[in-house]
Order: sequence, then C-alpha cells, then structure tokens
Amino acid sequence: MALFKRLAEHQRPVLDFTLDGEPACGLLGDTLLTAILTSGAHLRGSDFSAEPRAGFCLMGACQDCWVRLGDGRRVRACATALETGQQVLREPGRRP
Amino acid sequence: MSAVVIVGAGPAGIRAAQTLVEHGVHPVLIDEASQGGGQIYRRQPANFTRPARQLYGFEARKASALHQTLDALAGQIDYRPGTLVWNAEHGALDTLRDGHAAHLPYQRLIIATGATDRVLPVPGWTLPGVYTLGAAQIALKHQGCAIGERVLFCGSGPLLYLVAYQYAKAGAKVLGVLDSAPFSAQCRALPELLEQPATLGKGLYYRAWLSAHGVPVHQGATLERIEGGQQVQRAVWRKGDQLHDTECDALAFAHALRSETQLADLLGCAFEWSTLNRAWLPRRDQAGRSSEHDVYLAGDGAGIMGADAAEMAGERAALALLQDLGQTVDPQRCRTLEKRLTRIGRFREGLEAAFPFPEHWAEQAPDDLVVCRCEEISVGELRAVVGEGHWEINRAKAHCRVGMGRCQGRMCGAAAAEIIAHCSGKALHEVGRLRAQAPIKPLPFGVEHDA
Repeated sequence: MALFKRLAEHQRPVLDFTLDGEPACGLLGDTLLTAILTSGAHLRGSDFSAEPRAGFCLMGACQDCWVRLGDGRRVRACATALETGQQVLREPGRRP
Repeated sequence: MSAVVIVGAGPAGIRAAQTLVEHGVHPVLIDEASQGGGQIYRRQPANFTRPARQLYGFEARKASALHQTLDALAGQIDYRPGTLVWNAEHGALDTLRDGHAAHLPYQRLIIATGATDRVLPVPGWTLPGVYTLGAAQIALKHQGCAIGERVLFCGSGPLLYLVAYQYAKAGAKVLGVLDSAPFSAQCRALPELLEQPATLGKGLYYRAWLSAHGVPVHQGATLERIEGGQQVQRAVWRKGDQLHDTECDALAFAHALRSETQLADLLGCAFEWSTLNRAWLPRRDQAGRSSEHDVYLAGDGAGIMGADAAEMAGERAALALLQDLGQTVDPQRCRTLEKRLTRIGRFREGLEAAFPFPEHWAEQAPDDLVVCRCEEISVGELRAVVGEGHWEINRAKAHCRVGMGRCQGRMCGAAAAEIIAHCSGKALHEVGRLRAQAPIKPLPFGVEHDA
C-alpha cells in the first residue's frame, strides 16, 4: 500500500529499479523516498524496535530515511535522486 | 589568501553572496542541497514544469528573484552544491561532496544554515505517514506529492495554515487544521502583527480560503495521539473537555521552527538565551557579527525570523564583513536594513503571541511516549534520569542517550529540554543546550580525502 500520492508532474520518463530485489519503478526527478513511498509504505526498520519508519523531516536532518544501495552505500532517501537500475534495500532494523 | 566562505544557499546565503560579489569579493558558497534556494524557496527538479506561481503562491516573485540571483552569480562565486560541512575549527571547514572530503580554510565565514521544524512528540509520531509540516511542504513543492491520501495538519505557527492551504489548492484531501493556539491569542497579538500588514493579510487569506473551501479549522485543538498498526490510521485530539477522533492516513505537525546552530557552536561562538525562541542561540550584533571576529551569522540559523528577514540579514552580514575587511559600504543601506529587521522582529514577537508555545506539553507527555526517535528513548526513561539528579541536558544525554542518535538531537532536543525543565523544576535556560559534536551529520566509511 502506497503512502505518498502524486498530485502533479505525472508526465515524466519511467525509471526502473529494484526494491528489496523486486522490480519497481519511479519517475525521473523522484527522490528515492518518493519512488519508494509511492508504491510502498516504509523505508527502514528502527534500530531499536524494528518498527517501520518512512522518513520524517524530508530535509536531510532526521536521518530516519536511510536505505542501502547495491554498492553498499547507505544514503538518505530524501536527498538522493532515483537512477535507473539502482538496487535499493530496505533494512529491517533490529529488535531488542 | 584563503576565501570568504558562506555556508547555506537559502535566502540569507544567496543575498550575502550577491552583496559580496557586488563589492568585488568572490566567495565560496557551500550548500548541502543539490539546488540552491533553501527550504522555503526550494526548487523542483529540472524536468518538472509547474510554474513558480503554483509552487510558491504569493511568494513566487521573491522565490524567482532569489533563484535568478543565484543563477546570475555562476562564474563569479565558487558554488559547491551537494556539499556537507561536517566540521569547523581553527579557521577551516571540513566538507564532504560525493564521497570526497576536503579541508577548506576561510578568512571570514558567514553561517546561514537555516532551521528545521520544532517538534513536540505525541504518541504514535514515529508511524509511517507522520511528517513535519516542513516535510509535507517539501513533498509537494519538490516532488509534486502529498504525504498521503487524506491528510490532517496539526500543531501551530504560520506554516500550519500555509501548508494546509497549499495542499488543498494542489488537490489533496485536507481533513482539517488543528491549531493548538486559541483564537483569543491571535486577537491579542493583532497590534504587533499589524507591523507587517501584508504578511498578516496572507495569513488571514489562507485561513479564510480553507474555511470557504470546507476545510474545518479548529483552534485551541490539541493533538493527543496518533494510532495505527504499520501506518497512520487515526488521530485523537482534544478541544476543551471533548475528545475527537479523525480517520486519516497521513498527518503533518510541528510547533514553529528551531535554528541549526552546530557550526557556530563548534567555532566557539558565544551563545545567549532567547526567551522568544525558547533556545540558546549564537550571540550576534545588529549587523550579524558573532562573538568570533571572523564569523558572521544570518538567517533562521541564528534565530527564527523568516525568509524576508533572512534576505536582509544575509545582505547586512555581508556588508559588515566587507566593512571589517576595510571596504567602504553604504551606511544608509546598513541603517535601512537594520530598521527593517527591527520591524520584522516586532512582528515576530506578535507571531509568538498569536501561536504561543503549548506550555503544558511537558507536563502532559505520558511516560511511554518516545521522545528520541533515533534511540527510542521514552519520556519515562528521561524523567528517571532527571529524578537521579541529572538536570543538565548533556548529563541527561550521557545517562539515557536522549539526543545521542543520528539526528544529534535535531528532532528531540527541544522536547527533551522541556521535559527536563518541567521534571526538575529548573527554568528552561538552566537545562542548557546540547553541545554540537563533529561530524555534525553522519559520515560514511570510506571517505576519499582530496589534497
């Protein structure tokens, strides 16, 4: 179930990527956060409870939108542009 | 000779850069965002097509002027977008851009690092679908998205009405606006608010527009908790003695803004208590000079005054810097800017009266409320530490890790200070402020260092 709803700028090229190994797509100009939350409902699990998180501030301050890329980098989904072929992994977090 | 450096390419930083260039000084302008403009005038990606009017409403002219100013400075400044300043000491900054670290000595520095939303947590605030008001606005402006299908806006401050209006205008389903401030407060604040009649007029317009379009606006309405399993399903709120609930799938909330002061702190700038901002802020004179001879402060990063004031303060700080370098600047212009800033300052007092801080928040926060979302520290855990006698905020942090997570207290610091003050019986200023630590934002492993 998607969290975000697109209201404008629908006519953009589609970019394919993978989310947790599954095929997914977003639009050119999307951040990773937008691409993920227009088809899913979370970005990561909390490090202390594994409860789902989906970002909070969208301006690079809260650090609650980290996702893992295929090359091992951990990035803020709100501040990282979607690119074709990106492999994006949502980390499950940890339970106490 | 090392450069004049500006950190932050929002309204303050861009005007500062323009002023320096006009006087023959070509600064380095560093910005963490990939496109300049700051948060309030944040630009959309290059392939988006909405006109400025649609993005910025009444502020379209100002936003476009600022963007054009930055674009026109290309080639005359060393503009470094997408660059994080993660440390500052001894006349130099440490930066990171695309995995490359660099060391940048400066001759003079203007800090214009802006602000983030001030958050007072409620149970359920970590659920997917809950965002700050600033975040909700960025989703729309920068990405053309609403944070959900049916959205509720809560908290207080001018941004509350602006974002709700922008959402409704863009075609989102806005379920309502819950303003914790009572209507009577806004009436009492009217004399000060009339200092800036145009700004007041816009605020009244947003509100009238919402009402005219059937969006319920409740004043004196407090968000009590947010419920849901894997994402937001319902908000429970109180008005007077009555509890209400609203089914929704997204919610944005905040109580005004807080300044980003970490760089000034690392550089040893003296701080002073601001009753108006309920925060310790780097001390500055009317021109923007800090306590350090080579550091200047401008914009919301040195105290919340809004975008118009940030433009003026950026220009004024640049003029002060030029003066201190021995250049001749127009004294009349300096006086005009200072006078205008004073007027906005009075309006700012009015805003604080119109949207007063909810003084009872700390007292009413339940023990099981998560105050620190990074480390998941509860209000009860924090209260226990205060009960053991640790009422200084850095001591409390050491004992229970509140403010020690990845956001370094940006999301929880203000709330934690309120809890500690209430619980210990100390005044808020006595609790102190979270000390800045480098790196001021998380760094990846495997940074390459450029000589």
